[in-house]
Amino acid sequence: MGIEAVGISKRFGDFVALESVDLHVETGRLTALLGPSGGGKSTLLRIIGGLDDPDEGSVHIDGLEATGVPPQRRNVGFVFQHYAAFKHLSVYRNVAFGLEIRKRPKAEIRQRVHELLELVHLEQFADRLPSQLSGGQRQRMALARALAVQPRVLLLDEPFGALDTMVRKELRDWLRRLHDEMHVTTVFVTHDQEEALEVSDELVVINHGRIEQVGTPTELYDNPDNEFVMGFLGPVTRLGPQLVRPHDIEVFLTPEPGAVEASVTRLQRIGFEVRAELATPDSTPWVQLNRGQAEALKLQVGARVWLRAARDASTLRAAG
Amino acid sequence: MADNAVLERPAVAGPRTRGRETRPRSARYIRRAVAVVYVVGLVILPVWIVLWRTIRQGGSAFWNAISAQSAVHAYQVTAIVAGSAVVINTVFGIGVAILLARYRFPGRRLLDVLVDVPISISPIVVGLALVLAYGTTTGRFGTDLAKAGIHVIFSAPGMVLATSFVSLPLVLREVLPVLEEEGIDQDQAARSLGANAWQRLIRVTLPTIRWALAYGVVLSIARSLGEFGALRVVSGDITGQTQTITLVVDERAEQFEPGAYQLSLILIAVSVLCMVVISFVRPGGQR
Repeated sequence: MGIEAVGISKRFGDFVALESVDLHVETGRLTALLGPSGGGKSTLLRIIGGLDDPDEGSVHIDGLEATGVPPQRRNVGFVFQHYAAFKHLSVYRNVAFGLEIRKRPKAEIRQRVHELLELVHLEQFADRLPSQLSGGQRQRMALARALAVQPRVLLLDEPFGALDTMVRKELRDWLRRLHDEMHVTTVFVTHDQEEALEVSDELVVINHGRIEQVGTPTELYDNPDNEFVMGFLGPVTRLGPQLVRPHDIEVFLTPEPGAVEASVTRLQRIGFEVRAELATPDSTPWVQLNRGQAEALKLQVGARVWLRAARDASTLRAAG
Repeated sequence: MADNAVLERPAVAGPRTRGRETRPRSARYIRRAVAVVYVVGLVILPVWIVLWRTIRQGGSAFWNAISAQSAVHAYQVTAIVAGSAVVINTVFGIGVAILLARYRFPGRRLLDVLVDVPISISPIVVGLALVLAYGTTTGRFGTDLAKAGIHVIFSAPGMVLATSFVSLPLVLREVLPVLEEEGIDQDQAARSLGANAWQRLIRVTLPTIRWALAYGVVLSIARSLGEFGALRVVSGDITGQTQTITLVVDERAEQFEPGAYQLSLILIAVSVLCMVVISFVRPGGQR
């Protein structure tokens, strides 16, 4: 059940957007498709929604064949990066659109639209035009519009991409809470790793038209399969032959077993965080410390220290 | 030449100087005078003469001219021909604009250029081309059509064809930029909400382009009412049968018969009406 996409390939001319991708999304979960732009994640989402057709492969939604079925008969909710609001219709009519198309009775439409507007906190804006709303409000309206038809799956294509940081964070939390209330199978595309880690139940990392790794945010952060996933989900530095997260490096003032000698080349304070750049004989790692740690070590430029990856740290062997 | 140089210099230097006050006063007056002479000489004077002659010939002459049987018939012909042409071009314009704005296909650029050809060709040439293609005795296709009982040239179908041809891209060119600017997002959102192609056209696309469409339609009406060259050739200019108001005005003026000024005034009135409608449609930045 949920979404089952098998062997999906898609080319645009010479450009390979997706290459035999298999994706399984469980019912009721919130899944993030994460990856750099041009990696194929939006294309995959559009193929699930029926806005693009795959060259090869099949899509099943809730066990029903969806390949080749036009979007208007898939019963999916789609939310676009740039809202795609119907500019000539009021907020109320925007949300009511799908229900009007389905020729539901007026009274039912009115009740459902008011429920949804309440859910997205836009009750008092029902009569406004989209142009009279802020970006965040417009996107909430677009979400209510997509939810109005009770879709089997909700697809969001970079839903917060056009919003500023503050609104973005707020909407993120709000989407998470909304999902916990509604439990509609949701897939959202993002290139922001923080957003993906914070909001999703499951993460799918996509790059160069392939799925790199699938798992919970914690699994992927702690046990990345490869350098790309590790680097995309968080900061990575190189200590000797190892790739390790900069907050997973232990710093000692005296030689320790397994630790390599290094000298501090630069110290930088960013709020409560201290970044120390160092030099070992064969690498130039940086270490992330908090202020307390840095002060306890009395770190100074030129100081000699010994570095070692923490025992439970996730590490990868650097390629080459 | 010398006069021109004097007149042009301030106009060129104008935008570069900072404030209006710093410019020489005389240059401003000269520029205004040029603008006034231009508008008065080209527009106001000729129109005024038509109006004045109509008034001088009196109310009963006016009434007789505009209610004469040939005039009434010309109204009907004009309404049918211009009306059909506008409807055809509206449907065509919306269809091709959607095609050009939303789809990429081989020959798209060619189509984009080709739709502008009719408006740049001399209407007389258009008329001749239509006669060569559809003429009953000599036309490439006309002879076969005539056998089937369809007469194109010297009758309504040919006149509609000619009028549609010369005003072909007017709706398209107004609608296309709006469609390109709006993109395909709203259409796709409507699709995902269950709307079929027809519902999307009625509920999303047409409301989106409504102001541009209204403007394009008004332009088409104005152009169709005034069409002369192509119609003159294609219609055969048969008195009481295939004459539009424009053709009647030409005939009356040529033969010094009464009615030319009065009917001209009717055409001017309709144009002014079109302009008023445009000015209501255009401002407000809603196009």
